This record gives sequence, structure tokens and C-alpha cells, in this order.
Amino acid sequence: MELGFLVISIVKIFIILAAIYGLLWALGHPRLWVKLAGIVVVFGVVQLALSISVGGSMIMNDFDKGLLFQAATMAMVGLGLNLIYGFNGQFSLGQWGFYGIGAYAAADITYRWVNGDASGLLVLGIGVLLAGVMILWIGRFIRKYRDIPVLSQFTLYLLGTLATGFIALLIGTAIASGINPMIKTAESIGPLAQGLPLQIVFFLSIIFAGIFAAEISFLFGLPVLTLGSDYFGIATLGFTIVVNVLMVNTDTILPFPEMRGGRGMIGIPKLTTWFWAFFFLLAVIIIMRNVIHSTTGRTIMSVREDETASRAMGIDVAGTKLLAFVIGSLFAGLGGGVYAHYIGFLSPGTFDFLAAFNPLIIVVFGGLGSMTGTIAAAFGWTFFLEGLLRVFLGQMGTEAPSWRFVFYPISLLLLMLLRPQGLLGSIEWGFLKPEIIRPRLKPEAVAVGSSVDDRQGVK
Amino acid sequence: MDTLPESNGKTPTLQINGLTKYFGGLRAVHGFELTINPGDLAGLIGPNGAGKTTVFNMITGLYIPTNGDIIFQGADLAGQEPFEITRSGIGRTFQNIRLFPNLTVLDNVRIAYHPRAGYNMFDTIFRTGRYKAKEKELTERAQDFLAIFKLENIQNEIAKNLPYGEQRRVEIARALACEPRLLLLDEPAAGMNPREIVQLMDLIAFIRDRFDLTILLIEHQMRVVMGICEFITVMDFGEVIARGTPREIQDNPKVIEAYLGKGAAHVA
Repeated sequence: MELGFLVISIVKIFIILAAIYGLLWALGHPRLWVKLAGIVVVFGVVQLALSISVGGSMIMNDFDKGLLFQAATMAMVGLGLNLIYGFNGQFSLGQWGFYGIGAYAAADITYRWVNGDASGLLVLGIGVLLAGVMILWIGRFIRKYRDIPVLSQFTLYLLGTLATGFIALLIGTAIASGINPMIKTAESIGPLAQGLPLQIVFFLSIIFAGIFAAEISFLFGLPVLTLGSDYFGIATLGFTIVVNVLMVNTDTILPFPEMRGGRGMIGIPKLTTWFWAFFFLLAVIIIMRNVIHSTTGRTIMSVREDETASRAMGIDVAGTKLLAFVIGSLFAGLGGGVYAHYIGFLSPGTFDFLAAFNPLIIVVFGGLGSMTGTIAAAFGWTFFLEGLLRVFLGQMGTEAPSWRFVFYPISLLLLMLLRPQGLLGSIEWGFLKPEIIRPRLKPEAVAVGSSVDDRQGVK
Repeated sequence: MDTLPESNGKTPTLQINGLTKYFGGLRAVHGFELTINPGDLAGLIGPNGAGKTTVFNMITGLYIPTNGDIIFQGADLAGQEPFEITRSGIGRTFQNIRLFPNLTVLDNVRIAYHPRAGYNMFDTIFRTGRYKAKEKELTERAQDFLAIFKLENIQNEIAKNLPYGEQRRVEIARALACEPRLLLLDEPAAGMNPREIVQLMDLIAFIRDRFDLTILLIEHQMRVVMGICEFITVMDFGEVIARGTPREIQDNPKVIEAYLGKGAAHVA
């Protein structure tokens, strides 16, 4: 490792960031073929860099690849948190807990699947779908019978989801016993545990993990979002700690011996490819942007701006907060699923509450209320902290990389002093920019006149 | 003097009976009664701390009354969430302007159209044809609305950067974009200079005719109240002390006493 390596690393980082921003530009282009070409080109360029070998190693080696996937994951988690904190104004430390839930849930599905057990997929899949229907149904019931206090609502939802979970457990295990021989027998791996079926299971595992995290966030958020902002922050920190403790005890107090508690879950199939990481990141970016620049997004922002005024505008403030929280947690769950399948090993230490500040730092660093900033910060943060500093300091001795936790807070301090609104403030780029709406020049509007003096009063 | 106006057979827009609010031991409003008929422009006045804004907050559901009922167009508002009350047709502005400060003027108004946006979460995420059509329609309606208030040229300004008078106009425009039947204006002239006040009075008279509204107004500035209100209710220490036309109110000794102190009534 010498200086040349370092320079090449920096160049690679900038090329990837440039590619992402080129993609955002292309997606913002009105022509459909430009958008599609942008997606294909960016995907292809990175894919080639991952697969073309130059002088014995790939252009992007395994180390770079790990960073890339980690950055994509953090961008998803960060975007979710930006929706909750940046756009909706709810200070949350719970994002990391939902990230962990998504990671463990998705990992458990595919782990069981490749070991010849379909119950993970079936129980969780049927469970989240039934619970989703149940939640919608109970929601309709609650709207019909007014004046149900929020804690009673919570109890109803909790009982409903527990009941559906139990039903899913019965149905799922029953069906699984029929499918299991097709996945894997004692002698050989069956047709369902490889190739395309495995990819589909992987895809479903991430989707179900995301929905699972979203449903838990719904149950958790319902009573807790009625708290004021600071108290909500403390409660979400508590949530992350609870999730972490449960992870440490997955094999003792929870019935998941394959998660191996504090020793960490090993043997998760490494199914995340650049295709999937790119796919889910793109999906999260597009959904996020579509939500923000819609009437729902405007209400989410209005709740941040002024809750009382929002109520006076006919906006269901509690419902809007819950919606933002659930969508944000969905993104965290998806990110967790992607993360689990590239790292192949989950340890409760990764989901420690101190690490819960990472997405928060990314969001604040990039700028609260800027999707562009969050994506930049997620990639920048990962490459800077995990990549650059580790490589750079790695040359100075085995213990030297620990110094990055000194440089990194100092850089945060400097940023907060010099640019408290974050790297990009609330600026957006390309695809993520709101549509520019020009004043309508209707004949009568022009006739009435538009000089400054005329605007002063309406006659 | 202390009688309610005759309702001449129609359902009143707003009817308040025996409205009472205690904050702990503090009696903020006690036995408040008010009837507003469709098309009225009513005023609610009183010294600081008389409980006027508390009445507004109870009508709009921000405070839950200790006692009494509020009936809007024949329907009891008890137990309704503030957003449901707004959707049923009561719009309001605030004493200290409460715009969404970091959003544009256009977005401030577009937010008011949210309950009537006409597309759901599925349309939002997949940007369906319905999203595009409804969003365009909504934006154009908001822009036409701004044009009525001659705010169309500042539609892309951030709300907090506007001068005070324009902020007040945006707030009134936003309240009207909720398509209310009854508009509650909480001290609209607060902090305005005399020229702005004249414009405001014109604006209130204009929107009342243009949108066929019923308006209830809280105001300190006597010239505003006396100039445009047809019927005035006076509050002091949480209770109604007088009702009547501006003329009657001006000569009422109880009102003069409440505003200027005991003894002033004799001088006047």
C-alpha cells in the first residue's frame, strides 16, 4: 500500500459519486430513453468495474465492493431517517433498530431456506401480509367508532397483529413441511435452493423484512409519536436498545437458535450483488422522491413547520407523523436486508445503540431535508471513515486505524461550526428537485396588472 | 342588550351554548353563548385575557371545552379532531401568523387542498396518470386562488421572507383554500399600519362576498370592528358582557368600563 493506491481510491470514490449524480440528472430528464439509458449506463459502469480484472485484481476490489454496498445501505437508511427527522421533524434514534430488525428478519429467511427450511419465508411472508390487512381493517374499525384512546387503539392493533402472527405460524409451518423436501434433502440441494428461485426468495426476504420493520414501527410509533419531540427521541433510543438486547438473546429468550445470540449469526448466503443493491437503492430514491413531491410530502413538511397550523389546514397530524415514521422504517428494513446478505454475518455489536447515531450523523451532515445531501453523505461517510482513513492509517501501524474515530468527530465539529445546515442545506439536484411551477399567465390575471403597487391591496 | 339575535327560522351557521373552559383553577371562559347566522360578519372583542382566543381554540378543536356545546351547521363538534372540524368547514387564521415558514407561498396554499387532493398513496408512489392529472388540477386551482389575492407573482417565494402584510394575506388565502363555510379571523389587523388596515378591511369585505362566507372576527383595533362588523359580542374575564350593533356597543357603559376602567364610564 503506497500513495498511488490512496490516490486511486480517492479517484474511485469520486467516480462513483459522479455516477450516482449523473444518474440523478438522467432521471430528471424529461425523455424516457435518457432515464433508462442513465440507469443502464450507471449500473453497467460499476458492474464492469467490479468484474474487469486489471493486473491481477478487479478495478474495484473486494474492499471497494464492500464499501459500495455499505454506502448503498447507509443511503437507504439515511433517506428513511431524513424523511422522519429532516422532512417530518421527529428526532428519531430508532432507525438503527429497524435496520437491525430488517437485517435479522431477511437473513433468517434465506438462512433457513438454504438449509432446507421454507418456514422462515412462509411464516414471515404470510405474517406480514396478514398483519398488514389486519392493521388496515382495524384502522377502518377505529375510524368508524370514534373516541378510542390511543392506548386502546394500540392494544387492538397489537392483539390483531399477534393473532395474525400466530395464524401465520400455523399455516406457514404446515405448508413448509410440504415444500422442504424440494429445497434440500439429506443428499442434495434441491432445485428451489439455487439459481432463479433462490434469487426470488432473496428478493422476497428483503421485501418482507422491510414490511416487517414497517409494521413494528407502526405498532411502536402509534403510542410513542404522541410524545413531544425530545421525549420521542429518548423513546426511540430505548427501542434501539431493546432490539439490541433481544439480538444478544436470540437463542435464549427468543426461539431462534440459528441467530446464535451474542456470538453472531453466521452462514447467511451472500446473495447481495451490485444489481440488487442498485435496484433497492434506486427504488428507495424513487419512492422517497415521489412521496416528498406530492400532497402527502407537503403535509409531512407542514407538520415539521407548524403542527397547530397543520391541524387548522385539515391535516391529520398524528396520522402524518405515523406515515412518515412507517415509510422511513420500511427503508431501514430494506437497507438491513441488503446489508445482511452482503456481509454474510450479523453480530448484535453492529446494531449497538452508539452506532444508532451513524444514520443521524449522515442525515445532519448531508443536510436535513435534502435527499441529495443524504445520498452524498452516505457515500462520503462510508468511503471516508471506512475506506480512506482505514487504508491511510493502516499504513502507519496496526493500531493506527483507531485514530479515525478522532479525525472523524473533528471533521463533524468543523462542519457544524462552519456549515450548521449541513453540506447541502435543503438543496436538491436533478431528479430530486421539486418541479418548478411558473406563474399562470391567464389573460385576466395579466389584465388585472402585476406591478408591486397593485399587489398591495385587493379591491 | 343581553339577548341572542333572532335566527329567523334558518339553521344558524354556528351556535354556541354555555361554553366553559377551565385551565386548572383558572376560569378562562364561562357560559359563553353565541349565534351566527349564514352570511353574518360578527365581531368578538374584549380586553387582553378576556378569553377570545380560547373560544376560537375551542371552536376549532384545539382545546376541549370543560362544558357546553358548539353546533356548526346543525352538527355537534364535540369529540372531533381539529382536522375533522376544519374539513367540515371551519377555517381560521392565527393571532401570531402561523404560515409554514420554510415552504413556498404556493405550497402553503397547496397544503390546504390536501384533504381534497383526490389521489392516494398508490398514485403517489407510482406517479400514475391520476396523480399527474389531480396534481396539475390542484396546482392550477391554488394558483388561481393566489391570483385572486394578487399573490401569483410571489408564489415561489419562501413564506418567511415575505413582508408582514403579505404574510397575513397568504394566511387568509390559505385558510380560504380549505373552502370553509365559516372563517375565524384572530386579530387580523395586529401589527399592521393604518394603510394596511384599510386594505385588510377591504379584503375582508371582498372575500365575504366573493366566497359567500360567514365570518367571525376577533379584533383589538376598534376602527376595524366598528367599520365592518354588523354584530359585536364583548367579552371580559371569560364572560359575555354585552352584545349588539357597533353603535350600541360604543355607548354601552359596561364595555367602556371593561376597556378603560371603572369611572371612565361616567366621564364618557
